[in-house]
Amino acid sequence: MEKYIIELRNLSKSYNGIKVVNSIDLKIRENEFVTLLGPSGCGKTTTLRMIGGFEDPDEGEILFQGKLLNPVPPYKRNINTVFQRYALFPHMNVFENVAFGLRIKKLPKDEIVERVERILKMMDLENFGKRHVDSLSGGQQQRVAIARALVNEPKVLLLDEPLGALDLKLRKEMQIELLDMQRSVGITFIYVTHDQEEALTMSDTVVVMNQGHIQQVGTPEDIYNEPNNRFVADFIGESNIIEAIMLEDKKVRFDDHTFDCVDVGFGQNEPVDVVIRPEDLQIVTDPGKGMIQGTVISVVFKGVHYEMLIENEHREYMVHSTLMFPEGSRVGMNVQPVDIHVMKREGHES
Amino acid sequence: MKKTAVRIYMGLIFLFLYAPIIVLIVFSFNKTKSRGQWAGFTLDWYAELFKDRLITEALYYTVIIAILATLISTIVGTISAIGIHYMKGFSKNLLLNVNNIPVLNPDIVTGVALMTLFLSAGLRLGFVTMLIAHVLFCIPYVILAVLPKLRQLNKHTAEAAMDLGATPSYALRKVILPEIRPGIISGALMAFTMSIDDFVISFFTTGNEVSNLSILIYSMAKRGVKPTINALSTLMFVTVVILLLIINKRSEKGEELLL
Amino acid sequence: MKRMKILAYPYSVWMAIFIVVPILLVLLYSLTEGDIRNLAELRFSTQSYERVLEPIYLKVIVNSFILATLSTLFCLLLGYPVAMIVARSNPKVRGMLLMFLIVPMWMNFLLRTYAWMSILSPNGFLNRLMDLLGLPRLEIMPGKTAVLLGMIYNFLPFMILPIYTVLSKIDKQFLEAANDLGANNMRTFFKIILPLSIPGVVSGITMVFLPAVSTFVISGLLGGGKTPLIGDLIEHQFMWEGNWHFGSSLSIILMVMILISMAIMSRIDRNGQQEKNGQSKV
Ligand SMILES: Nc1ncnc2c1ncn2[C@@H]1O[C@H](COP(=O)(O)OP(=O)(O)O)[C@@H](O)[C@H]1O
Ligand SMILES: [Mg+2]
Repeated sequence: MEKYIIELRNLSKSYNGIKVVNSIDLKIRENEFVTLLGPSGCGKTTTLRMIGGFEDPDEGEILFQGKLLNPVPPYKRNINTVFQRYALFPHMNVFENVAFGLRIKKLPKDEIVERVERILKMMDLENFGKRHVDSLSGGQQQRVAIARALVNEPKVLLLDEPLGALDLKLRKEMQIELLDMQRSVGITFIYVTHDQEEALTMSDTVVVMNQGHIQQVGTPEDIYNEPNNRFVADFIGESNIIEAIMLEDKKVRFDDHTFDCVDVGFGQNEPVDVVIRPEDLQIVTDPGKGMIQGTVISVVFKGVHYEMLIENEHREYMVHSTLMFPEGSRVGMNVQPVDIHVMKREGHES
Repeated sequence: MKKTAVRIYMGLIFLFLYAPIIVLIVFSFNKTKSRGQWAGFTLDWYAELFKDRLITEALYYTVIIAILATLISTIVGTISAIGIHYMKGFSKNLLLNVNNIPVLNPDIVTGVALMTLFLSAGLRLGFVTMLIAHVLFCIPYVILAVLPKLRQLNKHTAEAAMDLGATPSYALRKVILPEIRPGIISGALMAFTMSIDDFVISFFTTGNEVSNLSILIYSMAKRGVKPTINALSTLMFVTVVILLLIINKRSEKGEELLL
Repeated sequence: MKRMKILAYPYSVWMAIFIVVPILLVLLYSLTEGDIRNLAELRFSTQSYERVLEPIYLKVIVNSFILATLSTLFCLLLGYPVAMIVARSNPKVRGMLLMFLIVPMWMNFLLRTYAWMSILSPNGFLNRLMDLLGLPRLEIMPGKTAVLLGMIYNFLPFMILPIYTVLSKIDKQFLEAANDLGANNMRTFFKIILPLSIPGVVSGITMVFLPAVSTFVISGLLGGGKTPLIGDLIEHQFMWEGNWHFGSSLSIILMVMILISMAIMSRIDRNGQQEKNGQSKV
């Protein structure tokens, strides 16, 4: 039997009669880096706050190491939080902020000093102990918030868009630092973000949410390559999502062409959605050699690759390629069977 | 031309505002009791001030009531403000509106209403009833001063404290209270001034044995004030002015503090 | 944190006992007759309200209203320029001016009113000055004029300060923009400054009118009983006559009068705001 540190069972929460978290089931293993990913307002923060103990679920259970956590008040949970806007105590300096939790545990003075200094050093904040929190930059405040939580050596750390307020460069740096830290201290991270790239690069497991529902749980690769449905495919990176007909196992038809694919188990002639990533479409100069034909209608250079829109009579395709094809040229496109992802059409029961 | 006009206008306004104060101060040094007539300089009234039992007693009650009312209303007001802050919807609005009644209601109505209550309940008017009345009209000011600070409070700092293991009461003491301290202090100052200065509500809620300075002055004014009261008010006035000057000098924010 | 709301429960009980019940009691007494010491024996009656309508009492109420309105008007006329001068003065002087405006309020207001008695009384300061100048004596105290003067004196700062607060927050750029667009000072005042300062004026008016209409001290000391106000009546009923029924109905009427004027003022305030918004859209 596998050991889970946190389990959510049928968890629901409503505000003003609207279910913002809707029957969520989730199991989180020890030392896992789990990310809740979804558009703003989908219920990520609410889920996190229920785990932290700041909101009571309307229904469902939260288990911590197999024991029911619902009745435990936040200050008795072995879980710490890095808040969305840090929530540092403005009337205390950096040292006192970080020492706060240890003082409550009534640890001996020298141990407090030692642990706080160790964590400040780890966070590159060695000489900041006496500084007032208001005088720190965004990135430094961020690190203090993490230090303040980590110094208590929680079993689980909850992070609510911790990098949301930082600029792009700093965010990339902090992503790497956070990952390193999680690996080295061995704490379970439950991380919230609406940035799919961040979720894919950092996590062991990504939980995609929409409107209070979990859409898909999986590794970043799974989520990216095998999206469960149109929402996930759309949310995770730019995709071409195509309405198609599954003729039979491993045969799908769209744009007047029958494609080979690897998906099985759909009904005969069942309407489905097909996802093709922009980088999975290969362009050939001779339109006749392509499975689909079209005209390039726009070209944008994106630094490493070109992003092109190619139009045929049915739709526009987005294609990423290192080669450039000028606007107006007729081209053909091919796609490998493994790169065609067939998904159940939303609202269609087979 | 325009500048001169402005100066003359301001001069007249200040003359208007200060004329009675100057009269009071001058007559505290006047030899005779009669007002309006100057009979030579004396410090007798200042000496007599401390011998006059009525005055010293009234001063004592004024100060002790102000201190007690400030203490109680600051504590109760702060705690209640925190409670109100975390309430929602109808009950919050109701409490806030009822809390505003003593502020908006004319003092005389508050006074007679309280007197009606006390007497109907069979209480004897005196120190306790007056103290209750003062606490009553002071608390709303404390609440009104503390609430805005609570609204400015980062809503998550208290949660952060509990997240780190603080019980709600520990979070209240170590995180919330320090952050709203400026509001508490200005609320306490307001309560103290309101209490020290109150006449109307005290007048209706106290009995014969206990008077504060305002009540004493009122009863004397109807008969003719003894210059000892002039002396006392001169002393109080000078103390306040000196305090204000110090505060003004020490902080650039003097302007805000006064308002 | 939601549990924190229980901290407000004790105060809710306190407010119920010491704010709500007393007002209900006053309402009860105003609508009854009978022995005040025996709540069970009280009988419903509109007699005290009918008494309010008797000409002598009606006159007192009208008088209070007129005097309060007049003093509010004078405070506004005198105070607005002061607020404007202070708001326009340079910051160093401004602090001093403000302090000098506030300091008098730190002296017990009964004492200040008493001081006016020694200035205005028949043998007081003012008349000695008139004698010296060979002018006829003034007989304003005791009387309405003295009461009015006492009100203006006591409440003038309540008018100046809120107006000043609003005026000092008006962005100087508005004024410069108006000048830039060709408005002269007169136009700038009536089109920009005055409309923007309405909220301050409204709270100033409320802060003056409210204590003025309900006072009994100023009229008691400076009016010499010749011009009783509604406040004097209430005090008299409760402290001397022991007629709580009549006193209560007067109190209720005073409260209603004030509620109505506050409602009117807040309507004016709201209209002012809307007008401002309307203008900025044009
Ligand atoms: N305390 C609250 N009261 C009412 N509605 C709330 C409250 N907290 C969150 N919501 C609503 O619940 C929904 C989910 O919010 P949240 O969990 O913060 O989303 P996310 O973190 O994914 O952006 C939003 O529509 C939000 O407006
Ligand atoms: Mg959120």
